[in-house]
Amino acid sequence: MRESIDKETFIHLVDLAAFELSTEEADYLLREMNKQINIIKEMAAVPIDEEILLTTHGITYTPEISPGIRPDECQPSDKAANILQQVPQSRDGYMIVPETPHTELE
Amino acid sequence: MELCDLTAYEIVALIRRNETCAVDVLESVLCRIEKVEGCHGSLEAGLPSPQDRLKVHAYISLNKEKARLQAEEVDRKITAGENPGLLAGVPFSVKDIFCVDGTLTTAASRILANFVSPYTATPVSRMENAGAVMLGKTNLDEFVFGSSSESSAFQPSPRNPWNLDRVPGGSSGGSAASVASGEAVLSLGTDTAGSIRQPAAFCGVVGMKPTYGRVSRYGMIAFASSLDCPGPLGRDVRDTALMMQVISGADPHDSTAVTKPVPDFLGGLDGSIRGLRIGLSPDYFQITFPDPQSGEYIQQPLPGAISESVRHAAKLLALQGAEIIEDVPMPNTRYGIPAFFVISRVEAASNLHRYDGVKFGYRTPQEVSDVRQMYKKTRGEGFGLQPKLRILMGMYVSAAQYSAQYYQRSLKLRAMIRLDFDRIFDPAGKYRLDALLTPTTPTTAFPINAVYGDSVLMQYADQLTVPANHAGIPGLSQPAGLDQEGLPIGIQLLGPDFSEATLLRLGRAYEMASAGEDWRKSIPGLLSI
Repeated sequence: MRESIDKETFIHLVDLAAFELSTEEADYLLREMNKQINIIKEMAAVPIDEEILLTTHGITYTPEISPGIRPDECQPSDKAANILQQVPQSRDGYMIVPETPHTELE
Repeated sequence: MELCDLTAYEIVALIRRNETCAVDVLESVLCRIEKVEGCHGSLEAGLPSPQDRLKVHAYISLNKEKARLQAEEVDRKITAGENPGLLAGVPFSVKDIFCVDGTLTTAASRILANFVSPYTATPVSRMENAGAVMLGKTNLDEFVFGSSSESSAFQPSPRNPWNLDRVPGGSSGGSAASVASGEAVLSLGTDTAGSIRQPAAFCGVVGMKPTYGRVSRYGMIAFASSLDCPGPLGRDVRDTALMMQVISGADPHDSTAVTKPVPDFLGGLDGSIRGLRIGLSPDYFQITFPDPQSGEYIQQPLPGAISESVRHAAKLLALQGAEIIEDVPMPNTRYGIPAFFVISRVEAASNLHRYDGVKFGYRTPQEVSDVRQMYKKTRGEGFGLQPKLRILMGMYVSAAQYSAQYYQRSLKLRAMIRLDFDRIFDPAGKYRLDALLTPTTPTTAFPINAVYGDSVLMQYADQLTVPANHAGIPGLSQPAGLDQEGLPIGIQLLGPDFSEATLLRLGRAYEMASAGEDWRKSIPGLLSI
C-alpha cells in the first residue's frame, strides 16, 4: 500500500486531537487513515473547471427561505441547574478542571 | 394483525374513532419489545451470547413510564373531545443522537454514556406535541459514524429482523430495526451519507432524507453540519408523509432550517403521476469498491436482483403514466465517497472537539497532572475507534499544507455533484426530470462482522446515497422486493430541492401498484418464529 501519513505526522495529529492511544489502536488508525488517503488521492486526477466554485452547502439559501438574524434579546434560561448537574466536577456554580499546563518563558 | 403491526395512519384512525386507545397500542408495542428485543445495548456487555444472536437489540434505553403518561394524555384528550394531534397515540422511537429532556442521550458513545439532556430536539418535541408516544432511544453507530450500527459502544449492536445474522444497516440501524420488528411504528433517524435510506433498505421499511434545511437540526448531536438531515422511518410511504408533515418547518433555534412553507404532504399523496418524468442513470447501475488487498478500484454491475427491482419499479410507474427517461448521465456520482471522506471528516473533527470532559459527559477517573492530560485521557478512553479515525482524518486533510489539495478540492467536487442534479432537474434543460430512480444500496444487508473494521469498504456501502447529501436534495427509499436469500431490496427516488411531496406521491404510486406482489406477503424472519 502506498503510505502517505508517516508515523511522525500521525503522532503529531494524535497530540493535536488530544488522544491517548494504545499500540493496537494506533496501528489500526494509521493503517485505515492511509487506506482512506489512497482513495482521496483519486480526486487529484479529476479535471475541474476553473469556474467551479467552492460550495459548502448543496442547496442555495435565498433571502426568501432564510430565517433572518435573531433579535439580540436576552432570554433567561431556567436550565442552569440542569446544565450544572452534568458537569463532572463543580463547586459553587463553577466547573472545576485540573491546572492548565504552564511553560516557563525564557 | 396486532396493533403494533398496524401503520401510524391506521392507528390514528382507530384511536380517533374510539375503536382502540393509545394505552392499548402502547401495550401492544411493549409486548412486542418484550418478545423480540432481548437486552438493550450497554457498555458492560461482552461478546454476544447465543441468546443475544436471536434478538434484535434495537434500543439503548426505554422510557416506559413517560410513554404511558403520554398515551394516557392522548386518551384523556379523546375522551374530552380535544384535538389529540396528527400522530395521536403512535408509538415512536428516537435515534439516540437526539437530545430529549431528562433522558440519557449517548450518541452510542462512552463519552456521553452519562449525559442527561437538559432540552429536547425540535423534531422530537414536534412529534410529542402531535400526540406521538416516545418509547425510547435506539442504538446506532457511535456518533453516527458507520453503515452497519456495529461500531456502537453499547453492545450487543442491533440485528436485522429479516435475518438476525445480518446487519440492520447504519447508522440509523436501531431505528430501522425497531420499525421492521414492530418495536416502534415510526422512528426518527438522521441521514448524513445515507444513514436513514440505507438501513431502511436493509430492513424493508421506508425512509426519507429530506432536503437539507427542511427539518430542524436543533437538538441533534452533530456529525457533519452541512450534510446532516433528520428524517422519518416508517412502515409505508403514507406514514412517512405523515411524519414529515409533523417534523418539517422553520425553527428559530436553527438558522439553517428554511422558512419555506411546508406543503400538505398527505393531501397530494394519492394524486396522479401522469406526465411526471423519471430518469434512470447508468451511473447508478454499477458499483465501485476498492479491492481489499490491492486497494485498486473495482467496478462491476449491480447484483441482478437489485437492478431488476429498479427496472420493475420503472415499469410499474410507466404503466401509471409516468415517462421513463433512460441513459441519464450522472458522471460525478463516483466522486461522492472520496469527497465525503474529506468534507465529513473535517466537519466531524470540528464538531467533536467539544467532548473534553469539562462541561458534560465522561471525564477520566485517572489521576492527571494538568487539564491537557485530562483531555487526552478522557478522549482516549471515551471515544471508540471510529470517532478517533474521523477526527484524525479531519485534522489531517484540513491542515494548512493539505487544505487546497484535499478540502478545497472536495468542495469543488461537491459542487460538480450538485451540478449533475441541477442539469437533470432543470425544467428548461434536456432531461427535465421530476425524479431520478435508483437502487438505494449496492448490496442487500451484509453479514455481521463481514465488513466492520474496513473503514473504506464500509463507507462504500453509501455510494448510491451520498450524492444526495452532497447536493442537499431529498431522497426516498422504499422496499421493492427480496433477493434470493430473502433479504429486502430498496429503491430510491431522488428529486429537486424541496420536492418531497412529489417523491412521496411517486413512492405511494409504486407502493399501490406493487401491493399485490408476492414479496409483500413476506414478513421478517424474526416474526415468523
